Amino acid sequence: MRLAEAWRVALDALRANRLRSMLTMLGIIIGVAAVVALVGIGTGTKGQIEQQVEGLGSNLLLVVPGRLEAGSAPAASTMDLDDVEAVARVVGDRDRVAATIASGETVRAGSRSTFASMQGVLENTPDVFVRRLDRGTYLSRTDVTTGRRVAVLGAGTATALFGDRDPIGRQITIGGVRFRVIGTFERLGQSLGVDRDSEVHVPVTAAQRLLGTDRIDGLAIRAPDRERINQLSTAVVSVLSDRHPDTDFSAVTQEQILGVLGDILGVLTGVLAAIAGISLLVGGVGVSNIMLVSVRERTKEIGLRKAVGARPRDIGVQFLLEAVLLTTIGGVLGMALGVTAALLVDRFSPVPAAITWWSLALAFGVSAFVGIVFGVVPAQRAGRLDPVVALRTE
Amino acid sequence: MTAPAIVATDISRTYDLDGVSVPALRGVSLSIEPSDYVAIVGTSGSGKSTLMHLLGGLDRPSAGTLLIGGRDVSTLNPAEMAKLRNETIGFVFQSFHLLARTTARDNVALPLVYRGIGRRERRERATAMLDRVGLSHRLDHRPNQMSGGEQQRVAIARALVTDPSVLLADEPTGNLDSTTGQSVLGLLESLNAEGVAVVLVTHDREVAGRARRQIVMKDGVIVR
Repeated sequence: MRLAEAWRVALDALRANRLRSMLTMLGIIIGVAAVVALVGIGTGTKGQIEQQVEGLGSNLLLVVPGRLEAGSAPAASTMDLDDVEAVARVVGDRDRVAATIASGETVRAGSRSTFASMQGVLENTPDVFVRRLDRGTYLSRTDVTTGRRVAVLGAGTATALFGDRDPIGRQITIGGVRFRVIGTFERLGQSLGVDRDSEVHVPVTAAQRLLGTDRIDGLAIRAPDRERINQLSTAVVSVLSDRHPDTDFSAVTQEQILGVLGDILGVLTGVLAAIAGISLLVGGVGVSNIMLVSVRERTKEIGLRKAVGARPRDIGVQFLLEAVLLTTIGGVLGMALGVTAALLVDRFSPVPAAITWWSLALAFGVSAFVGIVFGVVPAQRAGRLDPVVALRTE
Repeated sequence: MTAPAIVATDISRTYDLDGVSVPALRGVSLSIEPSDYVAIVGTSGSGKSTLMHLLGGLDRPSAGTLLIGGRDVSTLNPAEMAKLRNETIGFVFQSFHLLARTTARDNVALPLVYRGIGRRERRERATAMLDRVGLSHRLDHRPNQMSGGEQQRVAIARALVTDPSVLLADEPTGNLDSTTGQSVLGLLESLNAEGVAVVLVTHDREVAGRARRQIVMKDGVIVR
């Protein structure tokens, strides 16, 4: 039998049982749609996070106390501003070393209040991390050395406290202490549903006084070039270890962060795809089941076809094509549904989604493969039917 | 005189039912000549259906030699048996066995599908064959739009479309009223006159009486 003829017969058989074919396909449609949509969300999230980490600026080296490895809790910091000076001498350029102490604080302006991440920083922070101001000015060297109570607001915090009014020159209180607003940042947007604009930068000295400490949480160094990052990393860690013999220090590069995040998100995407794959598997079992029913129902037809000259292989191919047709049509519909779902999620929720051609090709391939795997047993059964027995069936 | 279409020599067929051997056919010998018109008669359980399945190449004997179109069926695999049936035998069944959702023309063309013949030629040959059985006005009708007699004529056209040497008819008039049955028998006889061997399986003595020779079966053997 010619293949074109076999396709026509298979399509005809599916059309004869429209409702049943649709319901059987539904299992495949849902499975493929779930795979496409979830892989799309995983890919999109990964892409967005990588973009944000890259947005921190390249050649960045982050130094924190404690060992940075899976499962270890962050250690309490013992670093202070003298350590920053020591590291700056190693780096050879004070402007390349940023220090941070952070704390979540309630920020008030008049009757309005909001919760924000207060960051005690040095005046060089916008250069080390790439940050742009929207209005006003950033902290000055003098602000930091004198511990002046001035603040630069994130876009979200500025809106929460002042609405559309210009915040420059106005008074706010952080943890009950008054600060004067001298600038605002450009809006950064959200990341994984977390607002990145709810922050207040103040001089590190002012923040230390407010928190009653002389510690800092961590350092960030912008290396002059890529080649020196590893060398700098070793030198900085060794200086800090000399000054704090009881503490471990870790230095991580942006590439390392990207690698770790990429691994985590890759695993997450894999897990999501596997869960969706299970529903595709269940859909495949449904196809197998319906094909067995179909073989039984059409025993007489099989007997007749054999009597007039169909070889076992002709019958087998016919039923196999029917199963493959079910799953590939279901696969195409599922792809359409999955792409639509991913686009809707991307558009109307904070979760990003990106459709890749390879995920569509994979979904189509898998659905065709499911048809073959789950169609083989019913097809073999049909092909091996004894024509005498099949014809006798009523 | 050309070679016989089918030669059976001392063939037996034993079924295995739950471990018990049940002989359905016990040492039958016969030959079907080209342009033969034979009726195989017998009561239910006499082995006549088993014999017909064997003569049609749907089944293989447990013992003995069976030659169909000169080929020993014991040497053929299922695919070769299918090819042999397609080329040598035309089947007509009591319950017609037409594909329900398929037009008369495509039902008739079905055996040609398995011969790998293209769609256009299939339709041409099927149309010609439906014309030959007097149904040229029913080409695109489906079985449920036709009478029993017309359905059996479609089935006969399907059996003939491959130009077989033997037509095997299993109770071809069994589901038809007597007038329609007579006309179907008339059709078979006119085809026989054109040179196709016809083997009728029936329990109806009157139908069998019209054949040129009768083979009477009882308990798995030929009694006359």
